[in-house]
Amino acid sequence: MTVETHCPYCALQCGMTLAGAEVKPREFPTNRGGLCQKGWTSGALLSSPARLTTPLLHGKPVTWDTALDFVAERIERIQRQHGRDGMAILGGGGLTNEKSYALGKFARVALRTSQIDYNGRFCMSSAAAAGNRAFGVDRGMPFPVTDLDDADVVLLIGANPAETMPPFMQHLKAGLIVVDPRRTATAERAMLHLKPSPGTDLALALGILHSVFVDGHADKQYMNDRTTGFDEAWRIAAAWWPERVERVTGVSATDQRTVARLLANARNAYILTARGTEQHATGTDTVNAWINLALSLGLPGKRGSGYGCLTGQGNGQGGREHGQKTDQLPGYRKIDDPAAREYVAGVWGVSPDSLPGPGRSAYELLDALGRPHGPQGLLVFGSNPVVSAPRSAHVAERLADLDLLVVADFVPNETTALADVVLPVTQWAEEEGTLTNLEGRILHRRPALRPPDGVRTDLEVLQELAIRLGQPAERFPTDAETVFAELGRASKGGVADYSGITYDRLRAGEALHWPVPSADHAGTPRLFLDSFGHPDGKARFIPVDHKGPAEDVDADFPLRATTGRVLAHYQSGAQTRLIKELTDAVPESYVEVHPDTAARSGLEHGDLAKVTSRRGEVQARVRIVASMRPDVVFLPFHFPGDNNANRLTNPALDPSSRMPEFKVCAVRLEGTT
Amino acid sequence: MSPRSVVVAGYGMAGARFAEEILRRDPDGEHVALTILGEEKHLAYNRVLLSGVVGGSMKAEHVTLHGGEWRSRVRLGVSVASIDRATRKVVLSDGEAISYDALVLATGSRAWLPPVEGLTPDAPGVYTFRTLDDCEQILAAARPGAPVAVLGGGLLGIEAARGLVGRGCQVTVVHPVGHLMERQLDAGAGAVLARRLSALGVEFRLDARVNGYVPGDGLKLDDGLVPADIVVVTAGVKPETSVASAAGIEVDRGIVIDDCLRTNDPRVYAIGDCAQHSGAAAGLVQSAWEQAEVLADLLTGTNVAARYRGTPVVTRLKARDVDLAALGDVHVDVGTDEAEVLCLNDPSRGRYAKLVIRQDRVAGAILIGAPDAAATITQLYDGRMPVPSDRLAVLLGRALPSEATVASSPAELPGAAMVCRCNSVTKSQLVTAWRSGATGVTELASATRATTGCGSCREVVCGIAEWLSTTT
Repeated sequence: MTVETHCPYCALQCGMTLAGAEVKPREFPTNRGGLCQKGWTSGALLSSPARLTTPLLHGKPVTWDTALDFVAERIERIQRQHGRDGMAILGGGGLTNEKSYALGKFARVALRTSQIDYNGRFCMSSAAAAGNRAFGVDRGMPFPVTDLDDADVVLLIGANPAETMPPFMQHLKAGLIVVDPRRTATAERAMLHLKPSPGTDLALALGILHSVFVDGHADKQYMNDRTTGFDEAWRIAAAWWPERVERVTGVSATDQRTVARLLANARNAYILTARGTEQHATGTDTVNAWINLALSLGLPGKRGSGYGCLTGQGNGQGGREHGQKTDQLPGYRKIDDPAAREYVAGVWGVSPDSLPGPGRSAYELLDALGRPHGPQGLLVFGSNPVVSAPRSAHVAERLADLDLLVVADFVPNETTALADVVLPVTQWAEEEGTLTNLEGRILHRRPALRPPDGVRTDLEVLQELAIRLGQPAERFPTDAETVFAELGRASKGGVADYSGITYDRLRAGEALHWPVPSADHAGTPRLFLDSFGHPDGKARFIPVDHKGPAEDVDADFPLRATTGRVLAHYQSGAQTRLIKELTDAVPESYVEVHPDTAARSGLEHGDLAKVTSRRGEVQARVRIVASMRPDVVFLPFHFPGDNNANRLTNPALDPSSRMPEFKVCAVRLEGTT
Repeated sequence: MSPRSVVVAGYGMAGARFAEEILRRDPDGEHVALTILGEEKHLAYNRVLLSGVVGGSMKAEHVTLHGGEWRSRVRLGVSVASIDRATRKVVLSDGEAISYDALVLATGSRAWLPPVEGLTPDAPGVYTFRTLDDCEQILAAARPGAPVAVLGGGLLGIEAARGLVGRGCQVTVVHPVGHLMERQLDAGAGAVLARRLSALGVEFRLDARVNGYVPGDGLKLDDGLVPADIVVVTAGVKPETSVASAAGIEVDRGIVIDDCLRTNDPRVYAIGDCAQHSGAAAGLVQSAWEQAEVLADLLTGTNVAARYRGTPVVTRLKARDVDLAALGDVHVDVGTDEAEVLCLNDPSRGRYAKLVIRQDRVAGAILIGAPDAAATITQLYDGRMPVPSDRLAVLLGRALPSEATVASSPAELPGAAMVCRCNSVTKSQLVTAWRSGATGVTELASATRATTGCGSCREVVCGIAEWLSTTT
């Protein structure tokens, strides 16, 4: 039997077919028949001998009943002693919409805890916060990916799709401008590559905005008709003339003016951001600076141009809409909005007053675990924070201090290794569900094969736990289609309105981009064509200023480290490190270094280096890369233990999005002897 | 506890920034009650952008630093007439007296007029280039086609000349020294700059001795007349120190300050152009802003350990179509023993690049027409980072391609070369697949998955297939 499905990894959600565990690419608008090495080899995990197939209690196989009884009993004890917020949940951006929704509901209704957040906080949150501020709506790409095909100029900031979502490169046909401190595989294809010092993107955006305005490229008609707030934003940008920006960023004033001119003269131009510019303690302001630039050129809300953010995780978009985010209820509603609480409580059949308010964001949650006023128990679904959280050695210590750590996953990882209870669950091809890809399109994943004996779905796990916590079984259905229908009702009238979507419409192949407010609505592939999401219908310039990295370099830590991805691995690497073809391609961590910088540390290509920050140290194999800035080193973050780049990263948080500063920290580089 | 009274004398680039920094640290005025006095009638504006206003790329309203809400925060049209340090009071130009706990002098500087017969501030056709009002007067007087003399070939004079040429004036820069911007440039660079500006229409009279100004005629030099309807004087500035020195505060070139921005009276501070600190060159906005930050830290109690230690000087010309950066000590000749000096002089293409290196660090540089090098070298200088050993690449502003050089034919491509990055396929793997029977592009694709990711390697794979078909 051949089943049409989508790749389990990134937000491009490439179309593929599965015959048993054998993968073949198929035509789909996002990937056009292409697949990268991760996609091609994704079937290997379905039959991996590493697969978890039995619940583990303190490392020993037990029956499901034993495991679940233990968990429920421990939850009740913790909540009796420490209150409802004694229990916490950490979700993931790879979970289906149904699971994200059920997890949020489970937290608010069964545990009645405010302490739920998810790893998308480490991924999309700055772009989401900035999009909400500027447009009143956060949908990563408010237009279909295929619109990019007709662009003359695309400005990509902190994005490396040639490694992270290779088939996407088919949509970037001409006029690529790349902003990245490194000469990445994507930058190699650019007509212009700007290499700012890490943590200075905001200044760069201000310099280009300054050039747009001063060189007469601003679309004043558009700014007047469709935006507010330019004057205040300009007063800050006015102080960032390109020569001043050059001194801060290292990007020449000429290049800043060139970018302004290229964007302005293009017939169709797009500005796209990704993690490189977003994962900073000033990430939200930085994205708003890029959106300000897009607004000054009149790009958003017009067919053939726009601003978008390249979502990372498979369901990075849908995962942030349905309530696993601590400040949110389904349909992208705010949990502190009384009307939203009343409506959602009605759908759930509970009293609005029983719903908790907002709790801690992901890093703050992890940092509070096991502390006197923090949660004493944590349920983890679809996340591996021991590798993916900033200052990860500290996070591992916090997890170790818990009274109860439960991890539901399908392969063992660095977090299951610390868990009291491990619950083996189904993976993508073994279950049904929907995901929302990077362009806001809802995709249906069909089950392609039978799960191995002994595993259950996440929805089944939540129901079993809910029953044990005194909830009626029917409040936590296990059938994905039933959950999706309820999610539709709960999202009705919200920003991300799914109420008009049914499995039947998805099965019939309809291309549905949210909002889809009724069964006869064709969906919204392009948002903002008539008006933006704010009450006045206008987009907002946000006055933002450059502050620079949270941590400075000094004599002890003279280099800036930045982290990122490689093509062969996905996120914490828990899945891809189990696939031989991928570990053959990139077997271990490495650090990219300029030849002079390596020489000063006495290091040669292939040597093992020690990289140290104020938070920890890692070991990595030296790769001499002549195109690196001499003041910057790069490490991929997919590797555990001594190779875990997140032992170095700085948990300084963005004030709006609570995004940690993954992308820049001060380090030193030494030999290991 | 009542807040301390802080009086700011001056609302230019330094005073305005200081006020912002105070508000940022103390938004509710718990610690500091600010009185800001501005001599001009305008809300603070960005003086650095005035050459853009003269050049026509910006209007006056676009250089405003503050919004209308500042009208209630600032007293405009008032200045400090005298300081009574004993009673800690300032007397204003309108006669009012205000007590202070701390007084911040941010009085800036004034344009200097060289002693030339007939060249007085009120002579018809004479304009200084310092304030927004100056700009507006110049713009009103500078008619397209009219002859204009710019007196002074420093940074500001050149920016003014470039702007006025862009407006269609016939501009002659009259400069008393043998080459332009002699403080920042050596003679070679000065010549390249002059040549570049000449191509844009600016004329020069260098080494010029000016004997007089005749309204309607122009400037009289030793060797003839420079015709000019108007003269824009950019001969330098003088720190505004009169009130300070009248009050007995120590003044040298400017008001002398220490690392806490204090004068010899510990209740009186000075920042910006009026101040003289051992580590800062006069007249640069970067120094003024950094001083404003430190002083705001100190006076709000946010960080009492904050100190100002000086600002490395980087001069950057803001003139359309002329890219010039100069920094540090550049007056060192090639061939000297005491420093490593590299120089590339390419006057016919308007390029000049000089790099002075000491102890492996950038000691000075001049870069004309080399924007990438300017950006990189400025960062090396500011960060005191070692200069990369590939000095030529630094001077050119880009690393030379040392890796992944494109092979001219599939035969020359090394076996380990990555052909399809999306699927980690090397040339050897393609060759092996071909020998195992995948003798076509489609067959190679299904055997190795090359070309099945983003598809950008298709051409290379086709080339390899063609080469294999002719060699086996």
